[in-house]
Amino acid sequence: MSETAAMPLNYLNVKKGIWSWLFTLDHKRIALLYLYSIGAFFLVGVVLGVVMRLELFNPGRDIIEPQTYNQVFTLHGVIMIFLFIIPSIPAVFGNFFLPIMLGTDDVAFPRLNLFSWYLYIIGALFALSTLIYGNGPADTGWTFYAPYSVKTGTNVSMSVLAAFILGFSSILTGLNFIVTIHRLRTPGMTFNKMPLFSWALYATSWIQVLATPVIGITLMMIIAERMFGVGLFDPSIGGDPILYQHLFWIYSHPAVYIMALPAMGVVSEIIPTFAQRSIFGYKPIAYSSMAIAFVGYFVWGHHMFTSGMSGAAAIVFSILTFLVAIPTAIKVFNWVATLYKGSIDIQVPLLYALAFIFNFLIGGLTGLVLGALVVDVHVHDTYFVVGHFHYVMFGGTGFAFFGALHYWFPKIWGKMYNKTRANLAFALLFIGFNTLYFPMLVLGIMGMPRRYYDYLPEFHSLNQISTVGSWILVVGLLLMIFNLVAGYLKGQKVGGNPWNGITLEWQTDSPPPLHNFDKMPELPAGGPYNYPNAKSE
Amino acid sequence: MNASNFVESVDFTLYLILGIAVFFLVGITATMIYFLFRYRKKRNPVATNIEGHVGLEILWTVIPTILVLIMFYFGWSGYKPMLSPPDDAMEIEAIGQMWKWTFIYPDGKTVDSLVLPVDKPVKLNLKSPDVLHSLYIPAFRIKQDVVPGGSNMMWFIPQKPGKYDILCAEYCGQLHSYMLSSLTVVDEATYQTWLKSAPDLSNEHPGLTLLKKNACISCHTLDGNRLVGPSFKGLMGRTETVIVDGQEKEITVDRAYLIESIKEPNAAITATYQPGLMTPYKDILSDADIDQIIAYIETLK
Repeated sequence: MSETAAMPLNYLNVKKGIWSWLFTLDHKRIALLYLYSIGAFFLVGVVLGVVMRLELFNPGRDIIEPQTYNQVFTLHGVIMIFLFIIPSIPAVFGNFFLPIMLGTDDVAFPRLNLFSWYLYIIGALFALSTLIYGNGPADTGWTFYAPYSVKTGTNVSMSVLAAFILGFSSILTGLNFIVTIHRLRTPGMTFNKMPLFSWALYATSWIQVLATPVIGITLMMIIAERMFGVGLFDPSIGGDPILYQHLFWIYSHPAVYIMALPAMGVVSEIIPTFAQRSIFGYKPIAYSSMAIAFVGYFVWGHHMFTSGMSGAAAIVFSILTFLVAIPTAIKVFNWVATLYKGSIDIQVPLLYALAFIFNFLIGGLTGLVLGALVVDVHVHDTYFVVGHFHYVMFGGTGFAFFGALHYWFPKIWGKMYNKTRANLAFALLFIGFNTLYFPMLVLGIMGMPRRYYDYLPEFHSLNQISTVGSWILVVGLLLMIFNLVAGYLKGQKVGGNPWNGITLEWQTDSPPPLHNFDKMPELPAGGPYNYPNAKSE
Repeated sequence: MNASNFVESVDFTLYLILGIAVFFLVGITATMIYFLFRYRKKRNPVATNIEGHVGLEILWTVIPTILVLIMFYFGWSGYKPMLSPPDDAMEIEAIGQMWKWTFIYPDGKTVDSLVLPVDKPVKLNLKSPDVLHSLYIPAFRIKQDVVPGGSNMMWFIPQKPGKYDILCAEYCGQLHSYMLSSLTVVDEATYQTWLKSAPDLSNEHPGLTLLKKNACISCHTLDGNRLVGPSFKGLMGRTETVIVDGQEKEITVDRAYLIESIKEPNAAITATYQPGLMTPYKDILSDADIDQIIAYIETLK
């Protein structure tokens, strides 16, 4: 008793026991529930990815049958997209830090927040239940393209139902954040004084609320077709397979921005902290998030340039696809300009943020290749696309997630990890990632289609390089996890502001008290990133 | 000379965009690394707050906009001709099904791989009886989805004699990556000879035609090799262990067993093969068709 009295009460030690976690309404604890569950599913997805890379080490059969391979890449996609990357940054770091950065004590609807996590878990269990129940996990690819998804004997209905439930989790989190941002900002914090992470979450939340229902309806249509033979997508019973593609991408393209925008928000926090100066171009960065969210709704057709689309539609979708690149370019230029005349402390979160910029640049620039109509005809549905979206999703959002983890780790647990080991893990991850995915871009230009269990001999050496990259990546990942767990168990205690950050989360204790602030946080004078120790221009 | 008339515009646009991409990637990365060293804490202990610069914001909005509009223009101008085949193009029906390609020439000649004369425009009318496929000829830089119930087409002019791969680029199930064919481009005289003399699928055993038409041979080989299902070679009369209601049972493959296995494949599946993969053909093949197929299997000793 005397021991606990000596320690200041914080959200971690204020209550004990499993029920204090499972029924918690504290946004910080819910964030950690998400972190552990999302982390676990991420590792399942990684294992499936490594299995695919091992199978592709040589042409022909290496370790698994074609049918198994098809189920593995489908489950890999479903887990990584719906269970990892869509919830990742918003559900973990958004939940934990949005209220603190706004200077308030919780999200607007704490019960709804906990309910979202339970929906997430139920959806995840449904998705994984296909492993042991029914005719095996779906073998359709995560896109569930009709009519194959209507005809195949595997358990598509359950996988689709899982995605449907996960969609509700996403919608409710988005709704919660929108209301929180509108209603709970600390007095004096106008929209234009919010940290950029909140801006990014705000734009993301609107996409979650407005786009996710479309995928819900579409997935229900698949189930109606499979169970009751309603002719919606299968032409043999009067449906239209192209209709499915439109409906699917009307959600799934904006969903790409659900995955990318929060990562951009994280990078916009990390860079000014380690440059110890104001962010360059606050408004352009903030508003470009909204522009991306808006224009991102109208580019879905670029996934369908070879489906028999009319020339007029192709022009519109291609032009809009190119235009959505511009707000992203603006962000990159502003981030780089923020390093100018900074006083840069090179720490591992900054390295992850800069790696994000490098990887995301490759992801974005290869996106321009895909946006050009005539080139897309050649590289569509090849490994070029696989390389492109892994650069955006993993090299971009994944690295930002790791960066956020290292940036906010001392705030969440009040301890610090081993920095040397963290740097080494970062280097392995960066090298492994690029060795794994860069060859895929070349394979795609050479003409290797995606979702191939077996391939022609000319693709052999690049596939081997890629597989070797996956081994380096896994070693880096394990080292990173080991280092963070070690830091959690016996890392050195740190104070409230180890990075000398300026946003409000650095004004409270580490770990924060249950209600986030013991005394009212003070807004920095002259803007959210106006470092008092820096010279003014 | 390029392999097809579309190679030039695809490759030009690709290298144009890649060139711009490499320029920006290298430039931005180098700038980042330079700032990292120039403004590191040791060398620059006090930072300067700079809120932004309107001129720079305009500059790095306008320049990328111009660049992407140029990319769009070349993308579109190269793509536009792909939509309008010339009127004198030879029309060939290309059928993609799980998991093989079939090509029907104007005179009815039916083959599983294309032979085409050099420098003559060709239009492929794309049909699918089952699910989505995509006909992809990497060397020609073109692909087009094959949509069941749809009427997509693709066209091109082969410009260089040679043999090129045809791949399926839209995921279509278990043997998607084995849905391969080839396109051989020859001179006009060789083409005419081939057109008249090459063995025509319509002359082969009607049982074999049915096996090909229904894509049976995607999973069952004719030469004794194991694929997804047992090979047809030497099947008739062989002793097999099959699984009926979960129990292993020894049987001799006869006419009755083959008929049952075609109509209801899962009733007695050969041990070591996975059940549930083969579609029951009871509503697809007539009894007469099944007779032809069994007659052909009997010839595969």
